[in-house]
Amino acid sequence: MADEKLLEVKKLVLHFATTQGPVQAVDGVDFDLDYNRAVVILGESGCGKTSLAKAILRLLPRNVKTYSGEVWLGGKDVMSLDEEEFRQNVRWVAMSLVPQAAMNALNPVLRVGDQVAEPAMIHLGMKKEDALQLSLKMFQHVGVPADFISRYPFELSGGMRQRVAIAMALVTSPNLIILDEPTSALDLLTQANIFNVLKRIKKELGTSFILITHDIATSSELADIVAVMYAGQIVEVGEAGKFFPAPLHPYSQKLMASVPRLRANQDPDFIIGQPPSLIALPSGCRFAERCAERFERCKQDPPMFEKNGRKVRCWKYA
Amino acid sequence: MFKKSFREITRYPSAIVGLAVVLLMFVVAIYAVIKIPYREAIRLWRGGEDVWYHNPRNASPAWMNFFWGKNLPESFFLNSADGTAEKTVVENPDGTRQITINYTFDFPYDGFPQELILYFDVAFAEKQPFIAMEWLTPDGRRFQFGNIGVTAQQTYRFSQDQKLSRKVGGMAPQKGLFWDVFSDARPGEEMPLKGTYQLILTGTTFEPDSDIDAELVVHGQVAGLAGTDHQRRDLSVALLWGTPVALIFGLVAALGTSVLTMIIAAIGTWYGGWVDEMIQRITEVNLVLPFLSILIMVGTFYSRSIWTILGMTILLSIFTGSIKAYRAIFLQVKESTYIEAARAYGAGNGRIIFHYLIPRMIPLLIPGLVSSIPIFVFLEASLAVLGIGDPVLPTWGKIIFDAQTQDALYKGFYYWILEPAALLMATGLGFAMLGFALDRIFNPRLRGI
Repeated sequence: MADEKLLEVKKLVLHFATTQGPVQAVDGVDFDLDYNRAVVILGESGCGKTSLAKAILRLLPRNVKTYSGEVWLGGKDVMSLDEEEFRQNVRWVAMSLVPQAAMNALNPVLRVGDQVAEPAMIHLGMKKEDALQLSLKMFQHVGVPADFISRYPFELSGGMRQRVAIAMALVTSPNLIILDEPTSALDLLTQANIFNVLKRIKKELGTSFILITHDIATSSELADIVAVMYAGQIVEVGEAGKFFPAPLHPYSQKLMASVPRLRANQDPDFIIGQPPSLIALPSGCRFAERCAERFERCKQDPPMFEKNGRKVRCWKYA
Repeated sequence: MFKKSFREITRYPSAIVGLAVVLLMFVVAIYAVIKIPYREAIRLWRGGEDVWYHNPRNASPAWMNFFWGKNLPESFFLNSADGTAEKTVVENPDGTRQITINYTFDFPYDGFPQELILYFDVAFAEKQPFIAMEWLTPDGRRFQFGNIGVTAQQTYRFSQDQKLSRKVGGMAPQKGLFWDVFSDARPGEEMPLKGTYQLILTGTTFEPDSDIDAELVVHGQVAGLAGTDHQRRDLSVALLWGTPVALIFGLVAALGTSVLTMIIAAIGTWYGGWVDEMIQRITEVNLVLPFLSILIMVGTFYSRSIWTILGMTILLSIFTGSIKAYRAIFLQVKESTYIEAARAYGAGNGRIIFHYLIPRMIPLLIPGLVSSIPIFVFLEASLAVLGIGDPVLPTWGKIIFDAQTQDALYKGFYYWILEPAALLMATGLGFAMLGFALDRIFNPRLRGI
């Protein structure tokens, strides 16, 4: 298992067709993830984080223009599976998703217990009673009281609904869970609780996570690896322990500088300008326009450079 | 959820009334089916004169007496075969027999009978028995008439006897025999004399085994709870049996239409693409097709069976405006996060359509369904009025059809049209009141207004 990665994503591309032209939401993303590790994908709103999650899970909207690349999951090329095989063997079996705005991800007319039991009934072919038993176990894992099992989603608080959504992702015990902004719209205390739940799950069940967020501070709690996304590309990947104290890419540096510090007497920094439209991307380095350190070579597209086991897409490290 | 909804219904007085009317309808329907089983209903409605001969023609319901303040007669009958008329037999030495049947009855009414009829049941081999009749009025007058030979199943109608008519002063016999001659009523306003009347029928038979039985039927001017039609049929049979027919037609059509419409709308919306396109185009074509004309065509050329019409109604009602309304809501629900989540955890298309999309629509479905029941009840009645009602079943619409073809309103038989019309209106009102209240309870946009 040591040499086999849990997830390998190679040159993943997902473009949407719109009336104004193709939106290059995911444009050649490479990364990999070991068993029982958590990768945090950081980035501004609209940089393609959610599209990346959807591309990995193949939850494509109708207006897809290009969808290519390779996704290897546990040594299997899942891109070559047809839709039905993918639905039966990958979704929720090998990896599951806690969708964005998970609070609304629960069917309002199903009791939460039944809702959590649904994936188990669909994928494990369980009878309803057994599946409900399993939901009860999952509720324990995520810290939802057992008597909530027969409540409807509207009777639960936001934090509880988020936990239920995580329980739903756990119920088929997949190796990988993709969390798409799991703590947005929750208060700080609840966020901390949720992250504690995730850490415990990781420790107890050995699950790997892809955590998509723009909340740098809380994500650092869970992260083993950090990937920074900008304009549809990953611009930097590295061990969390090395990334957080000293990010390499100018964008990552600015991003880190925008986080308020508790002790240092330093105002949060900001980045001039706006991220480029994914419809009309600039040639060369996509960040060049907003970068304070740009130079002549930035007019060309930078490849990924390796530096001390970290990867960065910037000519500075050529 | 339903318990709570029911409690909420009680907050609307109109809904309580509506619910009461609807429940009453159902009770009546169940009562009708149990009290008059299908075969019996068909026999009573289509059996022929043998079944209906006890009833007067075109008689108003008996309770109309209450409004008129008069005591008009109902039909009554006396039969020598069952002992309600006294029969004596005298054997003559020459082998002939003298059979006397004495019909004695009280007549305390304010109106003349509609008709008097004697139904004979005579047994003989070759020689017809001979009949003579005598009528005794309470004031002691006597009329002798008859003097006829009778066949085995002869019917003697007093109104047809010209000689009798002359004997009673040129009036119709059924009036003249009861007329109070000493009253000073103007012509046309004569009143019957109240008291005990007697009809003595004397028959002579000429064979040893020959026998005479006869039933005297005095037809009144009012009959039963619902009155009768031109064929002497008791309207209460059709009114009672019309209830289950109307309710079943309305319920099945409403349920079939709404459920199928919803499922098809959900499928179209979920799969999108050409499936959706096709459903939308079919709907648009169907919307411009004349619904009633197609039904009349089917009724005329293919079958008037209520099941055929019901099937056609459902089929033609699926692809209507409501498919567009449902689609509009499904399009919205389809994009919800929880649908995407369901897709993410691998729920198949069928599961998403039936577990996730459709349950969201049920709150909107229920009030619409209830409100659309009377529409289909009226449709069934309309078709019957247009003459393509089910040929076998007695229904409300067919009563109106008969009434219309017999010029009921022109002749003043208002009860004939008003009774089924009142039931139709009650059905419509009951379901509509219930439906509006349910709409307020279930439809979030109208809630609490």
